[in-house]
Amino acid sequence: MSTIYILWLRQIKRYLRSRARIIGSLGQPILFLIALGFGFGPIFKQAGGGNYMQFLTPGIIGMSILFTAIFSGIELIWDRQFGFLKETLVAPVSRTQIMIGRTLGGATVATLQGLIVLILSLFIGFHLEHFGILLLAIVIMFMIALMFTALGTAIASLLEDMQGFQLIMNFLVMPLFLLSGSLFPLQGLPKAINFVSKIDPLSYGIDALRGILAGNFHFGLGLDFLILFLLIIFFIAIGTFLFRRIQV
Amino acid sequence: MSIISVKNLTKKFKDFVAVKDISFEVDQGEIFAFLGPNGAGKSTTIKMLTTLLHPDGGMIRLNNFDPVVQGDEVRRSFGIVFQDPSLDDELTAEENLEFHGVLYKVPSSIREKRIGELLKFVDLEDRRKSLVKTFSGGMKRRLEIARGLLHHPKILFLDEPTLGLDPQTRNHMWNYVVKLNKEEGMTIFFTTHYMEEADKVAGRIAVIDHGKIIAVGTSNELKSKTNTKTLEEAFLNLTGTTIRDEEATSKDYLRMARRMWTGRK
Ligand SMILES: Nc1ncnc2c1ncn2[C@@H]1O[C@H](COP(=O)(O)OP(=O)(O)OP(=O)(O)O)[C@@H](O)[C@H]1O
Ligand SMILES: [Mg+2]
Repeated sequence: MSTIYILWLRQIKRYLRSRARIIGSLGQPILFLIALGFGFGPIFKQAGGGNYMQFLTPGIIGMSILFTAIFSGIELIWDRQFGFLKETLVAPVSRTQIMIGRTLGGATVATLQGLIVLILSLFIGFHLEHFGILLLAIVIMFMIALMFTALGTAIASLLEDMQGFQLIMNFLVMPLFLLSGSLFPLQGLPKAINFVSKIDPLSYGIDALRGILAGNFHFGLGLDFLILFLLIIFFIAIGTFLFRRIQV
Repeated sequence: MSIISVKNLTKKFKDFVAVKDISFEVDQGEIFAFLGPNGAGKSTTIKMLTTLLHPDGGMIRLNNFDPVVQGDEVRRSFGIVFQDPSLDDELTAEENLEFHGVLYKVPSSIREKRIGELLKFVDLEDRRKSLVKTFSGGMKRRLEIARGLLHHPKILFLDEPTLGLDPQTRNHMWNYVVKLNKEEGMTIFFTTHYMEEADKVAGRIAVIDHGKIIAVGTSNELKSKTNTKTLEEAFLNLTGTTIRDEEATSKDYLRMARRMWTGRK
């Protein structure tokens, strides 16, 4: 328990100390909300989609969580390069605990980041029906964060340095974001895109978040929850397996 | 009774054999030095002993456990100061030590006390709350040493612990390590490029070169074996005087040839 806590605490401390990173990574979601939200708002309304800002905001929160979570996982590569990873690897604690502590820490950071975007969106034009649903929304945000931090850690366990980072951004993270229904509704899509969006884990996270925050589900909360839950277990298991095999 | 036992240990990096079929024993409570030129395979051997690298052949027993299959038991048996940096720059000196203490389950009362003592010992008391990234190289090194001494393991590995430290600190550190060895029976396994350190503190010394152990014995045994007066001379006699840098070899040949012709040193 104390092992998981101290690893979690380390991530939180590092996050809170990097103000530049917090502010820097808020720029993108805010820009997306303003440019896309106001830019596509009129067309979306004309097409009968309703208020686009309401639709878009959960998607952008999901995006921030995805990016921050993957990045937190990938930070393992830095730990390896700066040497700190050795310190944790020789410690007499189980690899599973190390993996869980890291993942919880990264996921907490990503959830905080998502929460900040949610709060800022209220000033841009997002409207929250009642604040009671916030707690459930945070639970879903944390689940999305856990899933992708574990995925990021799993990928980082396979990489020696940051050279593969662009590859991961362009061929994994951006597609996960763009094809998840974060920007557009999943109804009436061409078959191929429809298929891809269904195997995109983020689709279920965003669907749950959008359903809770803005009141329209596509898959339904039950299915969303189940898939998120299973994928969290799956990615943590893979991450732990790969993490165990690291040699430095 | 030997607490570290290594037989026919081998490690390859692709085609390059970094450690070639080495065997040695370290007794419980012994101070054992591992000497060798740059790239000899010292750190690679230590990494295999401490579960960070998997061997390609041979057998290791550390405190009677096998690092390959009993990683957790092995990790409970040792502490280590790495040759390369391994601190978290974004944490303070104190936080780095606390992190270590918690991972090694040092009870919090002892932890607090030792952290205070060790920070004083390495003269970083007033920088306790500073982020490590604001430290000089020597200060970071001293903090690494303090961290390695925080929990008291059965076996302590020190991979060039005194690298880049001033003579005062080096002296100070070795006194402390020798004291731990005497009082707690802690086994010490260290590497260094300062021959006088090995001469002074090590019970036995193994000399490794190009991945092979070429001599093992006390400092005096090595000296008499090579007919030399100092450990440094014995070391140079055993490992030769060429610089261990592949690119330097051709130049060394030239230099050697010139020496032979001109008869100068
Ligand atoms: N990860 C690695 N990949 C490839 N080669 C490696 C790796 N680690 C070490 N080597 C090689 O193995 C050899 C032994 O390296 P090692 O670090 O064990 O030397 P050392 O005796 O500790 O030297 P030094 O005194 O310079 O620290 C060197 O030739 C080095 O280039
Ligand atoms: Mg070395």
